[in-house]
Amino acid sequence: MIVAQQKNIKDIAEMVADAQKVLLAGCAGCVTVCLAGGEKETEVLAAALRIMRKLQGNPLETVTYVATRQCDPEYIEAMDGLVKDVDAVISLACGVGVQYLAERFKDKWVVPALDTKFVGGAVKHGVWEERCGLCGDCVLHRTGGICPIIRCSKSILNGPCGGSQNGKCEISKDVDCAWQLIYDRMKALGKLDKLMEIQMPKDWSKARDGGPRRAIREDVIIG
Amino acid sequence: MRLQYSPNIRIVEMPCSGTIDHRVILQAFEDGADGVFVAGCLEGDCHFQRGNLRAKKRVQAVKKLLDEIGLGGERLEMYNLSSAMGPRFAEIANEMTERIRQLGPSPLRKEGGAA
Repeated sequence: MIVAQQKNIKDIAEMVADAQKVLLAGCAGCVTVCLAGGEKETEVLAAALRIMRKLQGNPLETVTYVATRQCDPEYIEAMDGLVKDVDAVISLACGVGVQYLAERFKDKWVVPALDTKFVGGAVKHGVWEERCGLCGDCVLHRTGGICPIIRCSKSILNGPCGGSQNGKCEISKDVDCAWQLIYDRMKALGKLDKLMEIQMPKDWSKARDGGPRRAIREDVIIG
Repeated sequence: MRLQYSPNIRIVEMPCSGTIDHRVILQAFEDGADGVFVAGCLEGDCHFQRGNLRAKKRVQAVKKLLDEIGLGGERLEMYNLSSAMGPRFAEIANEMTERIRQLGPSPLRKEGGAA
């Protein structure tokens, strides 16, 4: 899932300082799971902003709505009626949701309440970790299911490097050396010979440096 | 045991302090409470194992939020006591009342509004 974290509340308040009524739009997708922009977080942020503004002598009216997903046009259509009479929209979705709202509600001031951090998962309750580098050309079948692109600090394909010490990466004693993890797992699977194959330089044209990427499924396109 | 404690305390019963939600606390302040205290069971005595410990963390988070939004985290506190500790409850009620008196009425309250 996409992992996001809420911005500082003062920064969010500053973004809507001119508004008298705002819509806080949560998202029931990834940001609900990473506890950043679901129903609860949306209502807490709304209450906090109301209190903050009341204390400043400039009360703020809030409306809340949680879309099934903000990254699909059909789910944000339902907000049309609510958006009509607000001065601004605060999106608690990832950067995709914010852009979809801004695209649909062209005459509204749409602002992000979250910083979109990475693609990852929960390692324990309340802790999320990056797991995918979105390189567009998956190599996990060669590395025992452990991603060297994002979990190795150098993203090297033929590791480990000399900075691997006692299973940890030289950048921090808290960061596992991804290549140590890969070696250990391949050894356990009896597939160490696979690591003897030298990996050629990766095709980074499939990664994110060439403008926005598109994924197309011709068979499901309508019209 | 006919104990006296400050009559300004309004008790909101919850099934377990672990069900305390940020929203419930913020709503109390928005509805005009000058202060809020969460009374959970003694640590280690939770019927649901960790309800009071989770409440403690949540209360800490809301205190931080109250500081950030300018209402002041000192208006919120968590205490641990068992339901058999009547005298301690009265003591806490008075202690918290005194603390809030020192801080004054909530700035969120309308002029002359009810507590």
